[in-house]
Amino acid sequence: MNLKRKDILSMASLAPEEIAIILEAAEPFKEVSGREIKKVPALRGKTVVNLFFEPSTRTRTSFELAAKRLSADVINFSPSDSSVVKGESLIDTARNIESMQADIIVLRHKAAGAAEVLAKSIHSSVINAGDGWHEHPTQALLDLFTIKEKKGELKGLHVAIVGDVAHSRVARSNIFALTKMGAKVRVVGPATMIPPYLDRLGVEVYYQMDDALSGVDVVMMLRLQLERQSRSLFPSIREYARLYGLTQERVQMAAKDALIMHPGPINRGVEIAHEVADSASAVILNQVTNGVAVRMGLMYLLSELH
Amino acid sequence: MNLDRSQSSPETLIMDGPEMGRALTRIAHEILERNKGTGDLALVGIRTGGVYLGQRLRKIIGQIEQSEVPLGELDITLYRDDLAIRKNQPVLRKTSIPFNISDMKVVLVDDVLFTGRTIRAALDGLVDLGRPAEVQLAVLVDRGHRQLPIRANYVGKNIPTSREEIVQVFLEELGEEDHVAKLKGKENSP
Repeated sequence: MNLKRKDILSMASLAPEEIAIILEAAEPFKEVSGREIKKVPALRGKTVVNLFFEPSTRTRTSFELAAKRLSADVINFSPSDSSVVKGESLIDTARNIESMQADIIVLRHKAAGAAEVLAKSIHSSVINAGDGWHEHPTQALLDLFTIKEKKGELKGLHVAIVGDVAHSRVARSNIFALTKMGAKVRVVGPATMIPPYLDRLGVEVYYQMDDALSGVDVVMMLRLQLERQSRSLFPSIREYARLYGLTQERVQMAAKDALIMHPGPINRGVEIAHEVADSASAVILNQVTNGVAVRMGLMYLLSELH
Repeated sequence: MNLDRSQSSPETLIMDGPEMGRALTRIAHEILERNKGTGDLALVGIRTGGVYLGQRLRKIIGQIEQSEVPLGELDITLYRDDLAIRKNQPVLRKTSIPFNISDMKVVLVDDVLFTGRTIRAALDGLVDLGRPAEVQLAVLVDRGHRQLPIRANYVGKNIPTSREEIVQVFLEELGEEDHVAKLKGKENSP
């Protein structure tokens, strides 16, 4: 029941048993979040630093709430993005924070591998809250928790991940996480947004939405990063929405009580239609609720080292 | 009885199954007597042993008074006073108290009362969930060596022990034969 590691850097580096331990640890914290007094003293006297080099509201808030509900002290640190934030300055910043006796550092950074570099340079625990296009492990963990909560088990489920897979750390973390837990993953999107060699990860690749959704138990939509249009990955938002937007008709292709998921923030009318986002099968807000519980469980498990 | 559990630490039998049953029946009567029936009464078992003992008490009380007493399950892990200094995090389980404990007379149920630290943690956990009118404590075994000013209202059996000994309650619900035993050995975590 113990996690024998200092950091949570990627889903690729976690063993299935470790993932199971984290999901199990999150369970009791969901109950805590449902109480009138949403606080337990488990991490009293510990310090959690949210070090966010990229703008983020929901992930940072989720980590902040999680730490506060465990009675840890939380500091939010958002260094200016304008300076050249690479190797040396990142580590220097982190060493400064570590010198203030931080126990857990939650890092979001635009460079892939930033969390790993940081973890090697300091003694504090590091949780990767998103590094470039690489990984966003806590998002995958909360997605797994949500699926497990609704479907009972992960093994054997068919999951479709839809959208810009190539530039999505959420997709990458979920592909590793889901396949490790025995789910069958397929991805679908325009060819410009599907990276090569995905079959090596045991993932099926589709380019037609209707084919990909056929019979799946979970539809995981990715946010269309609208700024990518300028890089000619797709001709127009309208065309993207027509070909890859999740409409009520397309939901019918999936299994009868399929879950609709989205990491947020959602672009209504682009990757997901209004009525789908607000439908009973959408668990988008459950994902947000579960995110706090999963992050509490994770910090509880990591705190044993300090 | 599995008396050959381990050669290095022979068991001494303290209570057998029927004795446990009689003690629980007496405790059930004492609870009802003290609280004048089941009005506003609730049982909260402390994970793990206390939960099963709580279930048994509820059943006995139900037979005596023909009424269902609400029963909750409390996990005290997050309230332990040694979380920050332990090297291994203890297994975490879910707290499930599906009723409002405010203004209730809550009887905490645990298997063994030892240092009193578990009960201290349980009291902290309880007040986070509401403000009971009263909190009482029922234990199957009181083995002494209190480190905090805590006392049980209902005790199945008082047992003199040395600090190093381990007192363990074995329950049918956990796949054992009902009994309480004293084991010699190095002190585990209380």
